[in-house]
Amino acid sequence: METLANLGDGFAIAITWQNLLLALLGCFLGTIMGALPGLGPSNGVAILIPLAFTLGLGATPSLILLTSVYYGAMYGGRISSILLGIPGDEPAMMTVLDGHPMAKKGMAGEALSLSGVASFVGAFFATWGLILLAPQLVKIALLFGPAEYFALFALAFMTLGGVSSTNQAKSAFAAALGLGLATIGVDTQTGVPRFTFGEVHLYDGLDFLVAIVGLFALSEVFIFLETRHGGAEADGKKMVIGKLYPPMSMLKACTPTMLRTSFLGFIAGVLPGAGASLGSFISYSMEKRLVDKKGTFGTGDPRGVAAPEAGNNAAAGGALVPMLALGVPGSGTTAVLLAVLLALNITPGPLLFTQNPDVVWGLIAALFIANFMLLAMNIPMVGLFTRVLMIPSRILMPIVAMVSFVGIYGISGSTFDLLVMIGFGVMGWLLRKFDVPLVPIILGTLLGNAMENNLRRAVTIDNGNWWTLVDSPLALTLWAIAIIGFVLPLIVGARVKAGMHARRDDEGAISD
Amino acid sequence: MNLSATRGALAAVALSLSALAATAQENPECIAPANPGGGWDFTCRQVGKSLQDQGLIDQTMQVVNLAGGGGGVAFAEVVNKRNDADNLIVAASSATATRLAQGAYPGNTMDQVRWVASVGADYGVIAVAADSDVNTLPELLDQIKSDPGSVSVAGGSAVGGWDHLKVLIAADAYGIEDVRKVKYIAFDGGGEAVTQLLAGSVQAFTGDISEAKGFVDSGDIKVIAVLAPERLGGEFAEFPTAKEQGVEAIGANWRGFYAPGGMSDDAYNAWVSKIGDLYASDEWKQVMAANGLAPLDLQGAEFQSFVADSVARIQSISKEIGIIK
Repeated sequence: METLANLGDGFAIAITWQNLLLALLGCFLGTIMGALPGLGPSNGVAILIPLAFTLGLGATPSLILLTSVYYGAMYGGRISSILLGIPGDEPAMMTVLDGHPMAKKGMAGEALSLSGVASFVGAFFATWGLILLAPQLVKIALLFGPAEYFALFALAFMTLGGVSSTNQAKSAFAAALGLGLATIGVDTQTGVPRFTFGEVHLYDGLDFLVAIVGLFALSEVFIFLETRHGGAEADGKKMVIGKLYPPMSMLKACTPTMLRTSFLGFIAGVLPGAGASLGSFISYSMEKRLVDKKGTFGTGDPRGVAAPEAGNNAAAGGALVPMLALGVPGSGTTAVLLAVLLALNITPGPLLFTQNPDVVWGLIAALFIANFMLLAMNIPMVGLFTRVLMIPSRILMPIVAMVSFVGIYGISGSTFDLLVMIGFGVMGWLLRKFDVPLVPIILGTLLGNAMENNLRRAVTIDNGNWWTLVDSPLALTLWAIAIIGFVLPLIVGARVKAGMHARRDDEGAISD
Repeated sequence: MNLSATRGALAAVALSLSALAATAQENPECIAPANPGGGWDFTCRQVGKSLQDQGLIDQTMQVVNLAGGGGGVAFAEVVNKRNDADNLIVAASSATATRLAQGAYPGNTMDQVRWVASVGADYGVIAVAADSDVNTLPELLDQIKSDPGSVSVAGGSAVGGWDHLKVLIAADAYGIEDVRKVKYIAFDGGGEAVTQLLAGSVQAFTGDISEAKGFVDSGDIKVIAVLAPERLGGEFAEFPTAKEQGVEAIGANWRGFYAPGGMSDDAYNAWVSKIGDLYASDEWKQVMAANGLAPLDLQGAEFQSFVADSVARIQSISKEIGIIK
C-alpha cells in the first residue's frame, strides 16, 4: 500500500503541464534519435543534457525529459530495423532478423505496430518490476560474480546457433569474427594494448555503433551502388505496406512470447554487466528455441519481432534498477543518466529511495506517462513511417549514407571512426556476398570483451583454478541451460530441418 | 600522407554537414575525453553548469565527448588540431597524469598543453565488505603479505591504472617486497568493482571516496583507510587515514583542466581566474561536499608544477613495479 501511495505522490509530481510537455518532447526526439542509424539512446540523452541545464530544469523535470528520450529511443530503434534492415541502435539489432523480412513480405505496417505494442508491454512490465521489486532485485545482481557472468555470456553464444541463418557454420564463423574483433584495444587485465598497431584511437577497442552502421547501413549502400543499373526494376515494383494495425489473431499469438521475453529482458537489464542488448538477444534466441517448431523465425515470424522488442524495452526499464539502487550503470545510457543525477547533486545508491523519494517516484511516474505517450504516438505514426518504403532507393540510399557519416562524426568527432566505418562497410558488403549473417558479428563484438574479462577475472580470483566456473548453483544452472540449448536442437534437428524444407517449398510457390 | 589527406577531406565534408559538431569560436567548450557518464564527463558538465549558474560565463558550456585511448585521443586532438583554441578546456585527472607518465599517449608529453587549475581531489580509499574480519589496513596488508593469493583487490581501472597504483603504493609503503604479487582484478568502473565486493567475489576494493560513499552510508562496506595526508572534513572524518595506521601512503585523484598549448596568455589567465572564482564560491563547496571531493586549490603555475611532480612520482612508482622500463 505504501508503494501505491508513493506512486500516487510521484504522479502528483510528474503531472504538471511543464512535465507533460517535456515528456512529449522527449518521446518525440527519442523516437527520431532511435530511428536514425548511429544515434542511439546514450548519445540521444547526452545531446539533450545541455538543453536540460540551459532551461534551468530541476532534478525531476530534467530526469523526465531524459528518461523519455531513453524510452523513446528504445521504441524508435525498431523503425529502421524493420523498414530498411538497418538497426537504429544496438538493442534493435535482433529486430532486423524477422522485422525486415516481414516488411519485405508486404507486412511492414503490421511489423511496426506489433513491435510498438511489444515495446509497450515490455516497458510496462519493467516499470512495474521497478516499482515493486527494485530493492529486492538488487540481491539478484549480487548473485552474479565473474563466473556467473561468464556462464551467462556463454549461454548467449551457445543458443546462438541458427539465429539469422540456416547455415550454422556461417553463423559460428560470424560470431568468431566478432569475438576476434572484440580483442582489439587495451586489455584491462594486463594493461597491454592488443592489435592496436600504435594507433591511439584503437586503445579503447572498436566502437560497436561504428561497426553496426558500417556493417548494416554502408554495406546496403554499397550493394545498391553495385546493382544500380538493375535497380530500376525493384523501384518499379509496387511496395505493399500491409495493415496499419496488427490483427487480433497476431497479437494473441504473440502474447505469451511478449510476457516471457518481458521477464527475461527485465532480468538481463537488472544485471549491471549484461544490459539491453543481451536482453533482446537472449529473448530472441530463447524464444526461438522454445516456440519455433517450424523454423519460421528469421523469415518474418511476428513472434520474432515481438520477442526482441519486448525484451529490449523491458531491459531498458530493468537497467534503471541497478542505476538507482546501486549507483551502478547497467548500460551506456544509464551511465549518462547517472552522470546527470550526480550533476544535480543527487547521489544514487542504496539510500536514494529513502533520501530522495520525490526524485525516484517522480521518475517512475514519468516512465509510465512516457510509455503511454509512446504507444499513443507510435501506432498512428506507423502510416507515416512506412512511407519511407515508398522512397525510391536512388534517393533513400544517398540519405542513408549521409546520415551514417554525419551521425558517426557527430558523436565521436573523429575522422578515424569514419574510416573504421567504411572498413566495416566493405566487410559487410563482402560478407553479404558470401551469405554470412551480420548479426552474430555485432554480438561477438558487443559481448566478447565482457565475456573475456569475466572469464579472466573469475580464474584470476581463484588463483588459476578453472573449476571456479562451475562452483555455484547459479553458474551450474546457467551452464545446464546453455548445454540443453546447444544440444537439444542437434537431437531434434532432423525434424526441424524437414520443417524448414517444407516451408521453403511453400515460399517458392508463393513468390512464383 | 595519403591517409591523412583522405581524413582531412572526410572531415571537411562531415563538418560542413554536421550541425552537431559546429562550434562558434566565442562559445566556451569543454572536452570530456571519455564517453558520457564518467568522471571526466562529470567534471566538464558540473563545472560548466556551475560557471553558468554563477554568471562567470554567459553561454552554456558545450561539452564534447571525445572518447578513446583513455584520454589519448582527446590529448592528441588538442595538440595536433586545436592547439590555438582560446575557448577550449579539457577535463583531466590523475588518470591523465598516470598515462602521460607511463607513455600511454604515444608521442605526447605533459609540456604540450597548458595546465589550468584543479577543482578538487578525490582521495583514494581501501575498503572491505561490512561483514569482513578485516578492520584495519595493516590487517589486510598482513594477509596479502603472508598469502597474496587469498586476497583479491578489485578496482575500476585497468592494470597499471590509478586504482591499481593506489593499492600498490600502500603495499609498498607497508614493506611488501614484491608488490607485483598483489592480486588486482580490473573491473569496468568503480561501481562494478564495489558491487563485486558486496557480492563477495573479491575481498577488498580500491577506488575513490566518491565511489564508495553511498555504500558506506548504507552500511554495506567499511572503509579501512583513506589515502589522505590527514583526516577529511565533515562526514568523512570518521575514516582513518593510512598514515595514522603507520602506512605512509597518499593517493589523491585530483580533478582539473588543461588547455591547448598555444592558447593566448589572455585567454589562459581568464580561464585560470574563472575557475579560481568558481573554486572559491560557496556553491562549489557544496558540490565538493556532496561528491566527496576534498580541497585541492591550485591554479595556473602552481597547478602546472603540481602536475609535473605527480607525473614524475608516478613514473618512479611504475618503474619500481615494472609497469614501465
